[in-house]
Amino acid sequence: MKHLFALSDKAFDIAPLRERLLRAEAGAYASFEGWVRNHNDGRAALGLRYEAYSALAEAEGAKIVAEALARFEIADAACVHRVGDLAVGDLAVWVGVSAAHRDAAFSACRWIIDEVKLRVPIWKHERYAEGDASWLHPNPDGTDL
Amino acid sequence: MADINVLYFASLRDAAGIDSEAVAHDGDLRALYLLLQRKHGFALPLDRLRVAMNGAFARWDDVPGEGAEIAFIPPVSGG
Repeated sequence: MKHLFALSDKAFDIAPLRERLLRAEAGAYASFEGWVRNHNDGRAALGLRYEAYSALAEAEGAKIVAEALARFEIADAACVHRVGDLAVGDLAVWVGVSAAHRDAAFSACRWIIDEVKLRVPIWKHERYAEGDASWLHPNPDGTDL
Repeated sequence: MADINVLYFASLRDAAGIDSEAVAHDGDLRALYLLLQRKHGFALPLDRLRVAMNGAFARWDDVPGEGAEIAFIPPVSGG
């Protein structure tokens, strides 16, 4: 697959993903890492589980990467998202973009992670310090159900 | 009547207690969700969901054919 979007059910190494984006014409590389944090919405969190509708998530993710290639002056882009059980500090999502110049690399990287969060069918199930857990189904304005 | 397979994810799966079910349905996807919402007591209103048919996003007025795979997509929270 040329424009990579993948789900990974285990921890993954960023170095080979970055290497796939290297281009002789690229003078810039921007990346984003999303990490599992220890709190959400004022509550202490212990960890989380990501679940995906895999077939549609991979198709929609690949579409986002392809759209980024069309919208921005970039050389290549890729995104990998974890599924399964994650602990605080684990890498949840990675986006990488290579481009001739930094402005397009930063912009495309930001656009890809924003679109992934809006469109890709992946759901977060958070475990809290108090012992309960819940699915996050955010409203468009950012508040939860 | 079309025999279809419905997939549930996240809070919908927890509410239904199953991750998929076979349903014989006559009508569009809007009617299908309203039927299954009543059956399982789903809290999420239809206007907060998206719907997919055979692995691609679909419209609520699409009518599933025989053997279709339908998934209701609750608000996503990846990233």
